[in-house]
Amino acid sequence: MAEPPASPETVSTPGPVVVLIEDAPEIRRFLRATLIGHGYRLVEAETGREGLQAAETRQPDLIILDLGLPDIDGLEVIRRLRGWTAVPIVVLSARGQEADKVAALDAGADDYVGKPFAVGELLARMRVSLRHAERTVRDVEEQAYKAGDLMVDLAHRRVTVSGQDVHLTPIEYRLLTTLIKHAGKVLTHKQLLKEVWGRPYDDQPHYLHVFMNQLRRKIESDPARPHHLLTEPGVGYRLAGPPGD
Amino acid sequence: MSQHRPDPDALLARAKEEEARKTQGRLKLFFGAAAGVGKTYAMLEAARALRADGVDVVVGIVETHGRAETAALAEGLPVLPPRRVEYRGATLQEFDLDAALARRPAVILVDELAHTNAEGSRHRKRWQDVLELLDAGISVYTTLNVQHVESLNDVVAKITGVVVRETVPDSALERADEIELVDLPPADLLERLQEGKVYVPAQAQEALHNFFRKGNLIALRELALRHTADRVDAPMQDYMRDHAIGKTWPVTERILVCVSPSPFSPQLVRAGHRLAHRLGAELIVAYVETPAHARLAPADRDRVTQTLRLAESLGAETVTLSGPTMSDEILAYARERNVSKIVIGKPGRSLWRRIVLGSIVDALVRGSGEIDIHVVSGEGAPAPLRPLRVQPHAPDWAAYGLAVAVVAVCTGVAWLMFPHVSLSNLIMVYLLGVVGVATRTSRGPTVLASVLSVVVFDFFFVPPYLSFAVSDSEHLITFFVMLVVALVTSGLTVRIRAQVEAARQRERRIAALYGMSRKLASVHGIDDLLEIALRHMGEVFSGQIALLLPDESGRLAPRRVAPEGMTLGATEMGVAQWAFEHREVAGLGTATLPGARALCVPLAGPRGAAGVLAIVPADARAFESPEALHQLETFANQTALAIERAQLADEARRAEVRMETERMRNSLLSSVSHDLRTPLATIIGASSGLLDGAERLDSATRRDLVRSIHGEASHLDRLVNSLLEMTRLESGAVAIRQEPQALDGVLGAALQRLETLLRDRPVRVDFPADLPLVPIDAVLIEQVFLNLLDNASRYSPAGRPIDVSAKVAGLMVVVEVSDRGAGFAPGDERRAFEKFYRGHSARVRGVGLGLAICQAIVEIHGGSIIAENRPEGGATVRFTLPLEGYSKPSGLSDG
Repeated sequence: MAEPPASPETVSTPGPVVVLIEDAPEIRRFLRATLIGHGYRLVEAETGREGLQAAETRQPDLIILDLGLPDIDGLEVIRRLRGWTAVPIVVLSARGQEADKVAALDAGADDYVGKPFAVGELLARMRVSLRHAERTVRDVEEQAYKAGDLMVDLAHRRVTVSGQDVHLTPIEYRLLTTLIKHAGKVLTHKQLLKEVWGRPYDDQPHYLHVFMNQLRRKIESDPARPHHLLTEPGVGYRLAGPPGD
Repeated sequence: MSQHRPDPDALLARAKEEEARKTQGRLKLFFGAAAGVGKTYAMLEAARALRADGVDVVVGIVETHGRAETAALAEGLPVLPPRRVEYRGATLQEFDLDAALARRPAVILVDELAHTNAEGSRHRKRWQDVLELLDAGISVYTTLNVQHVESLNDVVAKITGVVVRETVPDSALERADEIELVDLPPADLLERLQEGKVYVPAQAQEALHNFFRKGNLIALRELALRHTADRVDAPMQDYMRDHAIGKTWPVTERILVCVSPSPFSPQLVRAGHRLAHRLGAELIVAYVETPAHARLAPADRDRVTQTLRLAESLGAETVTLSGPTMSDEILAYARERNVSKIVIGKPGRSLWRRIVLGSIVDALVRGSGEIDIHVVSGEGAPAPLRPLRVQPHAPDWAAYGLAVAVVAVCTGVAWLMFPHVSLSNLIMVYLLGVVGVATRTSRGPTVLASVLSVVVFDFFFVPPYLSFAVSDSEHLITFFVMLVVALVTSGLTVRIRAQVEAARQRERRIAALYGMSRKLASVHGIDDLLEIALRHMGEVFSGQIALLLPDESGRLAPRRVAPEGMTLGATEMGVAQWAFEHREVAGLGTATLPGARALCVPLAGPRGAAGVLAIVPADARAFESPEALHQLETFANQTALAIERAQLADEARRAEVRMETERMRNSLLSSVSHDLRTPLATIIGASSGLLDGAERLDSATRRDLVRSIHGEASHLDRLVNSLLEMTRLESGAVAIRQEPQALDGVLGAALQRLETLLRDRPVRVDFPADLPLVPIDAVLIEQVFLNLLDNASRYSPAGRPIDVSAKVAGLMVVVEVSDRGAGFAPGDERRAFEKFYRGHSARVRGVGLGLAICQAIVEIHGGSIIAENRPEGGATVRFTLPLEGYSKPSGLSDG
């Protein structure tokens, strides 16, 4: 990932509260060490029920949820949480089970990390999700997006790559702005289709692939080694997000 | 003493026999010359002795005939309640076979072996019940009088003048392990009879006059003694064979008995059997089906059938030959089977026929060469010879009409020719007509045409004309010759036709059999096989046919039936089950459960019964001739062999799969155990080093240890993923989700994931800008890129570039991943895709699954993958993905 290594947190302000719902004690142990080391305040839950309870009583800033829980299905936990809270959820799931990830994301999870994962990757995902949550809370519309050679002036609907104007069709532009709105987060095919085209096309991902391919050719200097539009095979697309994020 | 060694084959046969006997019950026979000698008494005494020794003895059925002493002896022995059978108003008591089988005593007493069971019993004869008891492992004590022995039947009839109908076949008697002769001198027997100890008085007087004459009793006693002596001789011979004493077993002779529809034939068979028994020879009984067979009355045909059945019950092999002349067929068959003696009956043909047509005996003797011919006298045949030639069908009036019409036409033609040709040529016209009739009709109309021709010829063309009178006596010779020529010609024609018909029928059956075996050889599934068997049998045998196969518990169930919807009743299913378990033909027309609607033939192969063929024939008498039954059995055997072959093939296939699985598992285990242990050893070693002495290590060393732990763990992760992926692909659990995707996007995802691995190595991507979307499962194709890039980086030195290119070729996209390493070892390009194959470089670590996984993935996309060395050095893996099936989506506008 293009995420930089985590910077040490300042100790003066109390860190964000994270509820970790995970049944495997080994994983809890190393996450405990790492997350506390990075300044998070950690609440551990061994089962889905405990996790839901903790989410209600501790008002966390973020929830890390393992999809394979002994009592309640992880997807069900997401649905119940989304019934009353918009708190960011980062899902831990086994690799190779793309369908589970998509289901979790479609159910309302913010992002995922495939097991086994590097700590840096998890921390990066957590940061992106926390920032998006803050932004939603503050409801701030950004006027411009800049990442590397890509510049998008949202107010004037102008897109430049390395200072060169790039002409985008309306759908390509809408696709790009949707990704910018969730920069750094993965968006499933369904979510993208829904936001860009509306409901009728949400089961026809090939429209999306066609336009995403066109968009990639317009804004990436080397489409095979993309810096902005990242493919998450089997799951969806992600805009890399500005560096230093 | 000379060096005699027992014949090993004979010893083996005996060992097998004894092995079979161990699981079978023993049969002890109390054998006597006549009723009243005390057989039942002796049997009961023996039973009491057994019971005193603690053996579980049960009285199955014992007939005391109202004799007080016998009844007293039976007291105290447990008795099996008899089965009561209602028969024409009377209640009969019958031996209850099923109760006996259920009770399973060690020894059971079953009196009167020759008894005929009441109608509706499972078996027609009691000896069949006894055989079933023996097969079930129950020992049997039974009694028998000499007049009931099948092969002695005719001798007894000659002595006493009474034909005994209840006989026991010798083959059943040979099952006896022990024979106890119960002997009583005739004078004593007569005394007992007069005292009323044998029959109740009223019957005694009558019996005395008929059967129990002193002369009879003496002769019967001698017969019984001789028969017992013969039987006692058999164990002696066994003993001699086992111990190689004296002469070895004589070369087996074969005796061929020729039978005819004559009532004398059964006697001939018995005579042959006695001869064979005495010589220790094999017995074959043959019937020759000449064209005359077709003209036989049903009663005569039945008699042939009965004779052949009798022969089979005496343990003989029966065969039906067919051909124009009896003697030629017999001699040809005798030579083929190395027969040493032929037994035939004294000819029954009258003298003049013998002179005209020749006798079979003469023909046989002339052609026999080294074969002995025994001619057995038929005098004293129990029934008078019935006329053999009985018109089998009602006369066919149309055929007679045709005969008359043909003669009329001939007369017309002859009338026209009369003024121009001589008389002898007019005769030719009539002969032509007669031959014509013979080719179209049967014997009767042909004879009519012959006679009518002569008469009409006389009337119209022989002077004085229009009169039956003959002026010139020379014409009488003309008439006689004309008649003989007409009769002989027509006779020959009819005979040829009959033979052609018989040959055609045989050919049809053989063709069907051949067709079936050929078809059976070409199919594999059992159901297809049964279908074919059923179809071919349906062509030959008319009726409803069902093929039944057993389930795991050995219960039969119909697997295939013809016609569709045919069902079998409970009785028929019972018969089928019995036939299956006993591997014997049962049901309709046989000795076992003859009342059933279906005839059940076991599908018996070398490994046991595979199932049962049940046929409900359209004509209930269709299988009465042994030949038809044999035919059915031949079909059944062919089917059984095919089923067995299919089952064996199935087993072999399963065994092969098992072996392959086993081989794979071993290869996997050896590969995985090494590959799993090495990183684990590093992880455990390095982490334990950190745990034990973290404070003593400098930070650089600590970092080093942690880095190696991380590296090894990542390696383990890759390995486990490969294994899981391979397993998933192989089990077919992967549901491929093809969507048109941009290949460069997918490659990008793979490159990103391998960022660390490829950090210090340029990857040159050459994808044309207009590369169309390819219908792929992005997750799987990403895996292909991951594996290929991973391989390329591991098999080429650090810093060397990796090239990835794609181009469209026809309806395919061709993708190449190349490195600048050492390339594949010669010949390894193909093996590279085998599971657990690893390149020659020993330093390189991996499971050897990467390319195998790629191949599986590319192939489920409908593409292909090959590996080769580049001319400029290094390895290239090239795979194709089809573009077809993808059409640019319509229905959405960009605006």
